[in-house]
Amino acid sequence: MKGWRAWGLWLGAFIVGFTLFIAIFAPMVATQDPFAQDLSKRLVPPSWMEGGRSEHFLGTDGLGRDYFARLVYGARISMLIGIATVVTSGIIGVAFGVVGGFFGGRIDDIVLFTITARLSIPLILVALAVVSLVGSSLTVVVATLGLLLWDRFAVVARVATMQVRTLDYVAAAWSAGCSQPYIVMREILPNILSPLAVVATLEMALAILLEAALSFLGLGVPPPLPSWGLMIAEAKDYMFFNPWVIMVPGMSLFVLVFGINLLGDGLRDLLRTGRVA
Amino acid sequence: MLQFLARRLLVALLVCLTVLTFAFALTRLAGDLAISIAGPNSTAADIEVVRKAYGLDRPLVEQFFDWVSRAMVGDFGRSYFFREKVSTLIFSRLPITLTLGLVGLGIALSVALPLGVISALREGRPIDRIISLVALLGQAMPSFWLGLVLMITFGLHLGWLPISGTGTWQHFVMPGVVLAFSAIPALMRLTRSGMIDAMSADYIRTARAKGLSRTSIVLKHAARNAAMPVVSIAAVQLGFMLGGSIVIETVFALHGVGFLAWESISKNDFPTVQAVVLLLAIIYTLLTLGADLLNAVLDPRLRAA
Repeated sequence: MKGWRAWGLWLGAFIVGFTLFIAIFAPMVATQDPFAQDLSKRLVPPSWMEGGRSEHFLGTDGLGRDYFARLVYGARISMLIGIATVVTSGIIGVAFGVVGGFFGGRIDDIVLFTITARLSIPLILVALAVVSLVGSSLTVVVATLGLLLWDRFAVVARVATMQVRTLDYVAAAWSAGCSQPYIVMREILPNILSPLAVVATLEMALAILLEAALSFLGLGVPPPLPSWGLMIAEAKDYMFFNPWVIMVPGMSLFVLVFGINLLGDGLRDLLRTGRVA
Repeated sequence: MLQFLARRLLVALLVCLTVLTFAFALTRLAGDLAISIAGPNSTAADIEVVRKAYGLDRPLVEQFFDWVSRAMVGDFGRSYFFREKVSTLIFSRLPITLTLGLVGLGIALSVALPLGVISALREGRPIDRIISLVALLGQAMPSFWLGLVLMITFGLHLGWLPISGTGTWQHFVMPGVVLAFSAIPALMRLTRSGMIDAMSADYIRTARAKGLSRTSIVLKHAARNAAMPVVSIAAVQLGFMLGGSIVIETVFALHGVGFLAWESISKNDFPTVQAVVLLLAIIYTLLTLGADLLNAVLDPRLRAA
């Protein structure tokens, strides 16, 4: 059991680390320009397939742009969206959750109500509407997802804070005359970080999938940026005769999200068996 | 029980009111709605005409109360694009989305429940690990991409199922499967943990001591108790599925509420967008309320909480 779980954790960490590496060093990994069109070389299949060319490892898209370069630069967008969304929604959600869990009573009622109201709002629909109204750009997508995806952070932070609040070291801090902000920042926050790390992986995976879905529907990252979701949308017209055009970005998305989930699952087990309950 | 009921109803009502405000605020987010409706190539005079015609020149507070008081009685005005009443438009599309949601939930439950139970009964064994790995794989699948892959495989190459549209029941198979995929992991995990808890409870030991058969213990005693959290999560998942149908309906060209929402967003048809946001939020709230009440009926312990 243990060995198998650890294997999942390492595989997940490898996939995420590898994608991060590619995203950071994109210009060195892909030597071609992801935006350069060449209409004389449209829909060239990957190099190992019939008709493939050695200079286009994963072929070209409908506008003759190098698919490998677009995929590599697309990793940047996915990772950027994933990390930026988690930071934004994490700050909002943790602030809400800790305040509710720490103060309890009426304040907690308000926090719980806000979470309930947020959950009832249809995620994709509202995100699409916001992007359509405000205009599509990377920043808008991150801000929208960040403002919508904080609910799980809030739920987990709230429960964890309630548990930690009653522990002896918090009581000790109280009786030592520490201020409320000090107790929240120095005694509570550091001790609820591990369950929040698991939530962060889940939310990162969700944010990446949502960005892809929004871009696929045409209201996410604007073209010609090489978002994987947008690549699938652009490839849709050719997919029946050239199935690889949707397989390449789709599989990448699938493997990355799978890796993040594996990492999250591994972390959860590690924390459960470790010293943190 | 009555107090519990009253409190839940109050919360549900407040949530609906909050969403009502939210749906209104949403469309005012970009600043001037009239500019968005008139389109990018319009002159200042065009925008002024639009502003007058849609009543956007009135004070915001007045517009808000006007919208809320109409929305309360189900009047969402006329669609800017379809030249029809929004309520008529939505109700003509709702059956498709509900069918899709129920088909999706049906498929999800019929896969997730047996797998969850098997996983729980073989906890820690290879079969349990394989099932949780499959759940993890399913969770990572981008739904729109899965839809396209199924279309290529079953629609084009095998020719078993129609690729898009709504004519027959076959049209709902692929979208239903795709929609189910997103709900299966959560349902399965909850069934598994519920069954593991139930199987280690005292009443199971009693049932074993009485010499009941394993089938009877699993199905009659454990499964019933494990079912309760699954009922709530199934209601929540159905709500998410109806919200998520916007992607699936667009992929498969199913002309339900989700497709309508996508059309109206891309056509700047705000009355329809507002109404769909509100409708989905209300359905979700009613579903969770229903699940809470059902659980309270099934388990008296929850009523005190």
